[in-house]
Amino acid sequence: MSKKTLIVIGNGMVGHHFLEQFVASSKAADYEIIVFGEEKQLAYDRVHLSEYFSGSTHADLAMGTTGWYTGQGIELRLNEPVTALDREQRTLTTPQGEYNYDELVLATGSFPFVPPIEGREHPHCFVYRTLEDLDAIRASAHEGKSGVVVGGGLLGLEAANALTSLGLKAHVVEFAPRLMPVQLDADGGALLRHKIEELGVQVHTEKATTAIVEGENARLRMNFSDDSHLETDLIVFSAGIRPQDTLARTSGLEVGERGGIVVNDQCTTSDPHIHAIGECALWEQRIFGLVAPGYTMARTLASVLNGDNNAAFTGADMSTKLKLLGVDVGSIGDAHAQTPGARSIRFNDEQAGHYRRMVISENGKTLLGAILVGDNSHYDSLLQYALNDIPLPENPETLILPENQGGAPALGPDALPETASICSCHNVTKGDICKAIDAGCADFGSVKAETKASTGCGGCTALLKNVVDCELEKRGVEVSKDICEHFPYSRQELFHLVRVNGIRTFRSLIRQHGMGQGCDICKPAVGSILASCWNEHILATDHVPLQDTNDTFMANMQKNGTYSIVPRIPGGEITPDKLIVLGEVAKEYDLYTKITGGQRVDLFGATLSQLPEIWEKLIAAGFETGHAYGKSLRTVKSCVGNTWCRYGVQDSVGMAIRLEDRYKGLRAPHKVKMAVSGCTRECAEAQSKDFGVIATENGWNLYVCGNGGMRPRHADLFATDLSDDELIRTIDRVVMLYVRTADRLQRTSVWMENLEGGLEYLKQVVLEDSLGICAELEEHMAGIVDTYQCEWKTAVEDPEKRKRFREFVNLPEQKDPVQQWTSERGQRRPVLESA
Amino acid sequence: MKTHTSWNAVCTVDDLVPESGIAVWTEEGPVAVFYLPHRLPALFAISHTDPFSGANILARGITGDLKGNAVVASPLYKQHFNLKTGACLEDDSVSVKTYSVLLDGNRILLETADVQRQAVAA
Repeated sequence: MSKKTLIVIGNGMVGHHFLEQFVASSKAADYEIIVFGEEKQLAYDRVHLSEYFSGSTHADLAMGTTGWYTGQGIELRLNEPVTALDREQRTLTTPQGEYNYDELVLATGSFPFVPPIEGREHPHCFVYRTLEDLDAIRASAHEGKSGVVVGGGLLGLEAANALTSLGLKAHVVEFAPRLMPVQLDADGGALLRHKIEELGVQVHTEKATTAIVEGENARLRMNFSDDSHLETDLIVFSAGIRPQDTLARTSGLEVGERGGIVVNDQCTTSDPHIHAIGECALWEQRIFGLVAPGYTMARTLASVLNGDNNAAFTGADMSTKLKLLGVDVGSIGDAHAQTPGARSIRFNDEQAGHYRRMVISENGKTLLGAILVGDNSHYDSLLQYALNDIPLPENPETLILPENQGGAPALGPDALPETASICSCHNVTKGDICKAIDAGCADFGSVKAETKASTGCGGCTALLKNVVDCELEKRGVEVSKDICEHFPYSRQELFHLVRVNGIRTFRSLIRQHGMGQGCDICKPAVGSILASCWNEHILATDHVPLQDTNDTFMANMQKNGTYSIVPRIPGGEITPDKLIVLGEVAKEYDLYTKITGGQRVDLFGATLSQLPEIWEKLIAAGFETGHAYGKSLRTVKSCVGNTWCRYGVQDSVGMAIRLEDRYKGLRAPHKVKMAVSGCTRECAEAQSKDFGVIATENGWNLYVCGNGGMRPRHADLFATDLSDDELIRTIDRVVMLYVRTADRLQRTSVWMENLEGGLEYLKQVVLEDSLGICAELEEHMAGIVDTYQCEWKTAVEDPEKRKRFREFVNLPEQKDPVQQWTSERGQRRPVLESA
Repeated sequence: MKTHTSWNAVCTVDDLVPESGIAVWTEEGPVAVFYLPHRLPALFAISHTDPFSGANILARGITGDLKGNAVVASPLYKQHFNLKTGACLEDDSVSVKTYSVLLDGNRILLETADVQRQAVAA
């Protein structure tokens, strides 16, 4: 049977979500799928559009990758607008050609409404919808000082925030008497206005713009109906959206009086082969301008096309919770108390800047709606009461009172009924989550993967986490391997997410899978994971802020704020000429010099600004960075081996150098040490290392997972009489498995002890390939070896990276006054009054 | 007596490193300026001197947020300091000085005590 053709017009968030759902269904194989997008870019996250101004790129915001589309066999045709639709012939036309369809999905979204004001076509007037709009605004803002947003709704305030971040003095002009008139009441709107004005955004309400003309002191002047005016350098219109229904209109589909493609509960239009989802669709006379209802429609339609006759869209909750210019705002259900008999309870603390209003039913039993400004900590509980008709307590006001004034504690996950909706984007209930856990999901990540909960807007992440933890605990499962408060995942789970989803920056990872901004626990851990996966320079712009100071400045910070430098000396072998260079450099900068336990030389007391100069000299002499600052391979210690030693049976120095050159620079969960001894006398102390190699008459014995330090552990014999290549292949596999699966700051010894089955299991996986992953591990390692770069060489050659090494950016000559020195045993050492 | 202060340009936007800190020298000594572009306000300034070690290093710490508050972790002994209040999260009795900082066009302005006028007044 030849395949049918499914065409999706529109590659936005909802269109993309539909495809994700549909390709996972069984009928997907019956269709060729073609997607048309009007924009040049792949679908991106419009909800977080403003982050484009604070450094996010299209790649950060993208919903998927072109690789994903190719992999699913979907033909993606971007920058190709559909210009005509012929329903009788079932064809559509683009500037590039004509296409036949069997089923058509309209996910064309909406366009911004620009009120018909004289002068609105001025080149410095914009809308706020696409990345191209934002590029144009950024270009205009470059020369400007002030900007006006027309519209004080949710998106308008978001736009005002963006203008502020571009360095403009921002104004908001709103026609209604208050901000966010749809979601807030008068008191809430007034408090929001007060808070926003405190942040420097000026709000003008009850203003109707009559004309936009040339300004006197700025580019533009807006005239208002009350004869007042406002001068500004640019204007952004954010006065609401209109459904993009042109194709539907011109092809005679049924549309609403005020626009919108009419759909039934199955998201099908008046033509049974044409469907519409998202902001372009009109369901029961309503347009849904939020992403969650759009996703619900997408899921419904995917099920309908998959033959599920029960699938239906039955409306959506329009409650919203957000942070606007740093101010919490929440609006739930019937916020304006329009239900007959509804009554309100208000809490208004002008001192703290908190406003809360509950709308309750006439009988006082159920919560109909709520408004929150200034503090959203009550939102989750209130939403659960409203969505699930949970009976209100006897004194419902306790739900919005501060805890120290008799307020009720937040609704615990245990108090929620099975039917409670946890994730409204994917319509996942608490019951669904319990089912997933009973079916074997034993952590947050797998519940999320199984149920799709919290993979939409992400607003329910914290609640989901609470429910999962609570349910797991009830079942006696020990929980929380979370790396920190920003990620509900262990390091191993994060590694998996990064690798499988091809995530390349901390920012995209935390936006898609975490919360908040990160901290000194998760940032270096993710920095290390990104390095292990993609091996980009650790001082690439996106990675700089993730690194511990030692990694940032590629040296080891000492107690007075100066640094020590350890160049790589592979295998401890060094020519007299290179040794002389070390001596000369140490002498020139008066560096305290000490031989390390790893057969290297450590130079102490360099200031931040001296580091690049010193490295220029070391690199010129042929040295490379020694990664003494990194969670990575430090050194491969060796004895002198059979080249000189009368007992030696193999060339231990040669093997040590080979190993060190292979694994140098690899980022790992913790530092990794290795050693090679040339005979069984073990002069290199290999059995105290993560990887110890001891020569035999027939080759090499490999010992793994030993360490010195606080809790010394002898390494275990892992394999015997290996050839050179076998040795390297085996180490490749173990190292990579460790990098992929260990916890943060876990040495190989603890990692191995925690593996279920321990050493024997590790042997099966690595030596017998019981999991069938050895080829992949080797390939990953080969990729790392191929992309090695001396981080210091790259850094000294790049003026941008060198800028980081200024002690005081405004006074290059200023010496740090706390760094004082004295002399001891003929060398310099710090004097530091300890605090 | 009210302290006299003045606003001084200490560096430009190009000197800042997103999500991280830099150090500048002022009449009051070394000050760390942090730029967190995903917050509003995005600029923070605190003393560069780590009260636990006495070393001038706080600008080189990792930034982030804990319970929603912007913080930096000392690169030496890892205590966290609230970037807005200067309070040390691990030790109530310790805090670092904070400074007002703002963006003026391309320049970063820092409010510091006017040492010379101070001396005259004394």
